[in-house]
Formats: sequence, C-alpha cells, structure tokens
Amino acid sequence: MSEKRHAVAIEVNGVTRTGEVPARLSLVDWLRDELRLTGTHIGCEHGICGACSVMLDGEPVRSCLMFAVQADGHRVTTVEGLANPDGTPSVLQDSFCETHALQCGYCTPGMLIAAQALLDAVPQPTEAQIRDAIGGNLCRCTGYQQIVDAIKHAAARLARKTGSESNFEAL
Amino acid sequence: MKSAPFDYVRAASAEEACELLREGGDDVKLLAGGQSLIPMMAMRLTRPSRLIDINEVPQLKFIALEEGVARIGACTRQCVVARDDGLAARVPLLRKALAWVGHTQTRNRGTLGGSLAHADPAAELPLAAQVLGAQMGIRSASGARTLRAPEFFVGPLTTALEPQECLEEIHWPVWTERRTGSAFTEVSRRHGDFAIIAACAQVAVDDDGRCTRASFGLTGGGTTPLAFPALAARLVGTRLDDGITQSAAHDAAHELAPGADLHASANYRKHLASVLAARVLREAYAEARGKS
Repeated sequence: MSEKRHAVAIEVNGVTRTGEVPARLSLVDWLRDELRLTGTHIGCEHGICGACSVMLDGEPVRSCLMFAVQADGHRVTTVEGLANPDGTPSVLQDSFCETHALQCGYCTPGMLIAAQALLDAVPQPTEAQIRDAIGGNLCRCTGYQQIVDAIKHAAARLARKTGSESNFEAL
Repeated sequence: MKSAPFDYVRAASAEEACELLREGGDDVKLLAGGQSLIPMMAMRLTRPSRLIDINEVPQLKFIALEEGVARIGACTRQCVVARDDGLAARVPLLRKALAWVGHTQTRNRGTLGGSLAHADPAAELPLAAQVLGAQMGIRSASGARTLRAPEFFVGPLTTALEPQECLEEIHWPVWTERRTGSAFTEVSRRHGDFAIIAACAQVAVDDDGRCTRASFGLTGGGTTPLAFPALAARLVGTRLDDGITQSAAHDAAHELAPGADLHASANYRKHLASVLAARVLREAYAEARGKS
C-alpha cells in the first residue's frame, strides 16, 4: 500500500519550494533529503538537542518536531539562508569563526539560527538573554563560552555598523 | 521517517475538528504544538491512525482579558502567552511558570492547551492551572462543557477529556486584590527539563500585611499536580511567619506519594517539596507586601 502524499508549497530562504510529502515526513527530513539543504543537522530527532533548529515565520523552532506538511504555506529560514547575498558569511557567522565558537560544527547550524533569531528580536541582548536563547541547544565539544563570546562579538560589531550602543566590546 | 504512518487532516475550525473527532474513533489525536506528541510518535510510544491538525484554527488562538477572568484559546502558543504584558499583569503566574517550560524553540511551537491536555505529571502549566483553579472549556460535536482543573487532571498523561472532545479555551481567574504576589520555582536536572519537583504560590495581603487569600501547589511528587486549599486556608489572617509557612509546606509535602527513579529518591523529593513550597510562599508573600 503506498502512503498518501500531500502537496506542499513552502517558502525556504526566500524561494517557494513545492513537493509532495507523506504526512509523517518531518520538516528536517524534507529539507535535507528532498531539497538537499544539508546545513540543518539532525541530532536526537526528539526535540532535545536543538541541532535541527530553523526559523518558521521568523521564529526558531525544532524542525524534527514538526511535519513538513504542517509548514505548508509558511516561511522557513535555514542556516543556508543566513549568509550575505553574495555568499560570504554574515557578521554572526564570521564572529563564530573569530571566537572559535565551533569545533566539530555539529551544533553550529542550530546555534546560529538561535543566535540570529535573538539578534533579530533583541539587537543588543544582555549576556543572560544570550544564554537563555541558546539554552535549548546542546554543544558537546566547543563549550558554550566561546559561543556566547561569538554572539556578544556579533552584537558589538552590528552596533558599530549602525552607530548604536552595545553591551559588549568588539574584539 | 520515524513515526508510523497516519492520516493527516488540517482542520479549518473548531467545529470541523470536533466533527472529525466524532467520525474518527479512539486512536485519532488532535495535533496542537506537537512538542510532546511528535517525540512520542517518533519513539513509537504512540501510533495514532489519524492526526487532526488544529494549528491553523484562528478561533483557538486568542487572549481575551475580561472582568475577573483571562480567557485563552487552547492553541495559543506558549511564547505568545509569555509575551503578553496585559496578561502578565492579571495572571502573573503564567509568565513565571512559562519561564521554566522547555526552551525558546519549543515555546514558539508548544501551546497552552496542548500542555494541559497532555497532562505530564511533572509539567509546569498544569500546576499553575491547578493552583489558580483554571476552568477548561471543552467542546465536542454534541455540545460543550466546562471542567475545573481538579476534575480535569485525572492521572499521569490522563485528563477527563473524552476521545471525541477538544479543549477549546482555558479560563484563568484574575485576583483583583491590589497587593497580590506570586512565585514559581522548581528543581530539575537541567533548566527546561521536566521538574523533579515544582512549586508555585499566589498570595494576597491587606494593608497591614495580613494574608487575605492564598493558594499553593506542588507537582512532580505524584500522578497529577496538587493544590492544597485546606493548608492554604491556614495561612489566611497570618503574616506568613517562618513557622506557619514551614508547617504548611511540610504538611503539603507529607501529602505527596512520590516515586523514586534515577534522578531522585522518594525521600529527596519529599524534602525538596517541603523546601520549595515554603520558598514560593515566602516569595509570593514578599512580592505582595512590596506592592503599594
């Protein structure tokens, strides 16, 4: 018996992508296996690790905890959508490199999505807000300190760009 | 794909969801935020034959502040509930409880009604509902009814909801006393995990600092969250000095029958319950007294 498939049209990183999905296909599997957007990582697949974080309509969610069919008509941003239009790393991504905020890189896409969502909502966060924002993302090798440093550094650099005050100094 | 196959229907209205539930039989489930249901399906702890998705039903997503009550649609996302300043002014315990619920990513998707209907015995929102005496507005194809929190929570992961019923909205009583304070705390292995023990309290005081109304409760120590109205009544008329507070907290912990597991022994849970209950009562009282 073949499984029923549902037509979906989902805006992914600014481009409407269409497909036909079985109801039980998770959003992360659709992104990775159908669209070949393998930047979003799969970790635990039951909502603990945060590696699969994407933005849904601008807010970070776990893409293993929703079915692709549920994203029909919505807007998804993956880590591939964070870079500058010319493909160079964004200020946030570059800050992760500068502070050595990644080692194995497995948690990095989820950390970047969580951090970008924070900076979109609160351009100049406090350290407590930074730690809260990445509280749902596990890192098992770099250590969280450099990741927090990267987000502080990015906030300071973005403040310098816009001429606003920051809670932190750029490195 | 980790879940077993299922049929998927997106409901456009609460009426349609109820009609689909009526047709469906026992292993049909409503899909709200899915932050508990989808992991359970991924681990094949549950295999619904059909999911009725209520995420796109606008009538289940609202916050209405009325006289003496805040009405919240069951499918209102936890992040929306936490952000609402008007709601936080009237039912402050909700925002305080939500700070302990999961993480940003799960609160962006998880719903108020979903957490209540899931009724995890260590979850924060059911505890807040129990302590405040929230009322559950329930709908089915054949009618509507309202249940108070103590009748709604029946056991672990079990509510009084019939298979054909949908939790539609939750009514949160607003304490109108000017000097009202509230507090929520818990101990868990990591922040955002389910509680080993959670406690919350709400206290109102008069201008002399005497308690005029109190409610408190505990969860993690039994099959459902518990409130202790008889013990809270002992606090009324007092200034919640240490002896009175600790005695009420101690007696509350004594009513629990906690289990033991890898994370905590039964005795540790009881000890924790007593300490945390006293702590939230003190904090709620201090906040109430600090109001002008």
